[in-house]
Amino acid sequence: MIGQDGMWTKTFRYLTCLLLVIWLVMPLIPLAIWSFARGWFFPSILPQTWTLDAWEYALSDTAGVLDALWLTIGISLAATALSILVGVPAGRALGMYKFRGKEVVELMILAPTIVPGIAVVLGIHSVFIALGLTNTVQGVILVHLIPTLPYMTLVMAGIFSNYDPAFEAQARSLGASPLKTFWYVTLPVIMPGIIVGGLFAFLVSWSQYILTLLIGGGRVVTLPLLLFNFATSGRNDITGAIGMIYILPGIIILALTAKQLSGRSGAVGGFGRV
Amino acid sequence: MSDRVKIFLLLLPAMSVIVLLFFGGLAIGLMRSFNYMPVIGLTEPNFDAYFSIFTDEEFYLSFLLSFHISFTSTVLSCILAVGAALLLRRAFIGRAIINFLFQLNLTVPHLVGAIGILYLFSQSGVFARLAAEADLIQRPADFPALVFDPFAIGIILQYVWKEVPFIGVIVLANMQALGDNYESVARSLGASKWQSFRHVLLPLIFPGLLSASVIVFAFTFGAYEIPALLGQNYPAALPVLAYRKYTDVDLAARPEAMALAIVIALLSVIMLFFYIRYSRKRVRS
Repeated sequence: MIGQDGMWTKTFRYLTCLLLVIWLVMPLIPLAIWSFARGWFFPSILPQTWTLDAWEYALSDTAGVLDALWLTIGISLAATALSILVGVPAGRALGMYKFRGKEVVELMILAPTIVPGIAVVLGIHSVFIALGLTNTVQGVILVHLIPTLPYMTLVMAGIFSNYDPAFEAQARSLGASPLKTFWYVTLPVIMPGIIVGGLFAFLVSWSQYILTLLIGGGRVVTLPLLLFNFATSGRNDITGAIGMIYILPGIIILALTAKQLSGRSGAVGGFGRV
Repeated sequence: MSDRVKIFLLLLPAMSVIVLLFFGGLAIGLMRSFNYMPVIGLTEPNFDAYFSIFTDEEFYLSFLLSFHISFTSTVLSCILAVGAALLLRRAFIGRAIINFLFQLNLTVPHLVGAIGILYLFSQSGVFARLAAEADLIQRPADFPALVFDPFAIGIILQYVWKEVPFIGVIVLANMQALGDNYESVARSLGASKWQSFRHVLLPLIFPGLLSASVIVFAFTFGAYEIPALLGQNYPAALPVLAYRKYTDVDLAARPEAMALAIVIALLSVIMLFFYIRYSRKRVRS
């Protein structure tokens, strides 16, 4: 520690911390309040009447919120599974081997994290129309691969760069089949990477709006689309309830990964897309 | 199997996805922006769409708006994130709470943050109500327009809210990896607190800060939903303008939308290039 902190420094530090905490939680508070409010009009600081109406509506069968919730979970799980299937081999190639044109491959895989989705998706939409993939869940899952795959691949490349293939060679020399070697030797070692990368991929897919809107054509209604619609139509109470539901997976995932999450892991970059 | 074959097979699925979806999407967009699409009988490429967007004043206003949003959000987020990281690297009561909130905030989708900002800063929002309570304003219209405003204040507030924790986590990890030693040496050699920060710590954390801010800059430049929700109708941010043209009832506007998409892609790549070059120069000097 450098030097002794005076009283002023300490006071200043606590004040700025307090401001920081308030600033970080502030936007979530009116959302939470709205979800329990009835007729919360200007200039009241708090709602006149508290009610569970918005929650009852959101959780009823007619509102479509639950359908959207299951659909969003399904799409994100599918996009994550595909990202794992495609990203793990690519991560292995990038992490374990040196080869000609490696920089180009890395750049190509990184490109979707820099070039905005809107720039790519309009062209994809034209093709998907011809392929009959617009307005379908499959089309939406496919297009979600664009933002999820780079992070999955990068996380796996990091894992494989610290990976010793000698264990695989040993297992093979002792008579294990390639499949068994993968299952009993490789998989356990790379599992942490798959979990962290997968959770990131899930969250990245979970928060996609414009890709889903365009490719889904308004027919594939995920939670963010519903949230946007309610927010722009002024139904603040239901917006609040959906917003609270929408942030749940992130909180659950945070609880699961809090230890692995540090700026040192390239995975944090995944949050740039959330 | 030789290594070359192995590498090829390992990369094949991922490269197929990237090439077909990402580069394919860009290529088709590029073709359509030239009004060239043999499949649907368009065989005479032309530059009409580009001519049309480049002669429209709205394009330049939209570009300025988008640039302003990205630049201001990135700079503010960087400054506040470094401040927050400096605060958080010291041990004190309550640090765990902020650390937790930082990470919690990282997982909250942008859209939720944007709606929160809307409920806080709109003219009938929480702050307007507090102002009314303090007798500063009488009617909602008396409250300054901070969302749907010409300066994109609401959009920038949302990005700063979301990106300070993102950059902060990266910078903090950087600082913790470096430790206190470098600064201690500088201080013992007579550098002031500010000097040891400016000339010792800042250059050391700069690479991490830079890569984080590049991600933030690119993201905020190309994102659709936040300016769509919190922005003015005219001029709209570039992605919003592109989406509007694409969904216009007039199908003739589609090549223009494609041209805008290509321009957005090019601009983000060009600006990132200059951004990185300029910052590298500053690191060296």
